Amino acid sequence: MRFMMFIKIQPDLYDAEQRPEDFERMGRYNDELEKAGALLALDGLQPESAGARIEFGSGGPTVVDGPYTEAKEIIGGYWIIQTKTREEAIEWASRVPVNAGEVAVELRQIFEMSDFPEEVQAMFEDQNPPEQPASTL
Amino acid sequence: MGSGDSARRTVDAVWRIESPRLVAGLARMTRDVGRAEDLAQDALVAALETWPRDGVPDNPGAWLMATAKRRAIDGFRRAARLEAIGAELAAARPLPAGERAGDDDLLALMFTCCHPALGVDARVALTLRALGGLTTDEIARAYLTSTAAIQQRIVRAKRVLADAGVGFAVPDGDELPARMRSVLEVVYLIFNEGYAATAGDDWLRPDLCFDALRLARTLVALAPREVEAHGLLSLLSIQASRIGARVGPGGAPILLLDQDRTRWNRLLMHNGLASLDRALALPGPAGPYTLQAAIAACHARAARADDTDWVKIAALYEALGTIAPSPVLEVNRAVAVGFAFGPEAGLAVLEAAGAPPDFHLAHSVRGDLLSKAGRNEEARDAFLAAAHLTRNERERELLTRRAAR
Repeated sequence: MRFMMFIKIQPDLYDAEQRPEDFERMGRYNDELEKAGALLALDGLQPESAGARIEFGSGGPTVVDGPYTEAKEIIGGYWIIQTKTREEAIEWASRVPVNAGEVAVELRQIFEMSDFPEEVQAMFEDQNPPEQPASTL
Repeated sequence: MGSGDSARRTVDAVWRIESPRLVAGLARMTRDVGRAEDLAQDALVAALETWPRDGVPDNPGAWLMATAKRRAIDGFRRAARLEAIGAELAAARPLPAGERAGDDDLLALMFTCCHPALGVDARVALTLRALGGLTTDEIARAYLTSTAAIQQRIVRAKRVLADAGVGFAVPDGDELPARMRSVLEVVYLIFNEGYAATAGDDWLRPDLCFDALRLARTLVALAPREVEAHGLLSLLSIQASRIGARVGPGGAPILLLDQDRTRWNRLLMHNGLASLDRALALPGPAGPYTLQAAIAACHARAARADDTDWVKIAALYEALGTIAPSPVLEVNRAVAVGFAFGPEAGLAVLEAAGAPPDFHLAHSVRGDLLSKAGRNEEARDAFLAAAHLTRNERERELLTRRAAR
């Protein structure tokens, strides 16, 4: 099973002094994930001001520049991990070295195609060509 | 679901994360992987007794290590060999208190579990158990055999390692390439057993594929200069990206060229292609896994089956044939040549392949090439021969259908 882990941070963390030791601790954690073979992807996210928010009202999409709300916490980065069980993902999530201004780690399971009912899966299907044997590779 | 269940699952989760380093640290201490594995299991039993009652400790890895070490020392005392062992332990690099085993220990564990003194089955079982953190039950289920048989395999493997005086180290110099090949092969075999099950009713056992992928990622992280480790990770990632497209309704196999490519997992594919780039960027020649990854990448890069660069694939098979010749490879080359240069050219490669008469894939490829060449009678006989020979139920159904066409 695959999970996305989000690190939730206080918005003003981007304005704070970045401490090298915080990066080091996070680096060690990421290294641990990688050496355990559980890591599929990870990235840190820039502040909201570097992005945009597109709101869909009755008049169609409207682009809004950030910051958007008085949010207590925003997403500061993510990991995609693969584990055997939900508990294993929770164990990894609870090991994230949280520093000042980082408030929580949220874990969300990723949908696999097999989680959908057969008729929904069929909607994703191409028209299959006739069968022919392929190489084993 | 009782709280006992959830505590058990938490212990299992911690175990899966911690056990490789736990066994590796204990093996460094005792110089005996078998003993280390037994001590680790003792620590697991102790955890199952105490954690559900007292909660999971803050540093579960250190707790397991301390518990196992205590048992080790008690054992040494009981064996009345304390003096000899004490000297040995003093000579070994001690593990700092609370510290986990280092990367070298983990790598040494991989090499020891895949030691050539062991039979291939024993290497696989020991690797899944010590490095994959699987229980004997899980290994038995994955390999459709009894827990007792796997148990026995592991006990025997430990004895062989002890008797052969294999010790515990990362091999160096001249020995390294051959030993690395053995590690790569074990990981590849585990993946393949999950990807194209040799027996039974399931065409795919994805859990086993992901166990192998995990091992391959660990190996790359520990041996980042090893071209073939990146090549293997690339190959397995690209193959695993197709898992969601390989099984149709009711579990029927869907072969590569028939798969709905929109169902290929893009993240795994992307990771696989990135690993291939890294393999090719490192100094040193591309070995068999890197070349196979390059072939898998040709398929991955084709948005539709019709876009496949068969000429390049045929050339890559030819390159592969010069370093790792095998009849199986020639059969695959025949497929590529058939697509690139026509069915008769493919048949010519197949005739010269020297595939053993009971190799079902050779018959199925032959059937396909013959039917493309319009030789339908011969094609039907070839499909029937293949159906008769395969041990996989799903594949038999597919081949029988093709023969009836």
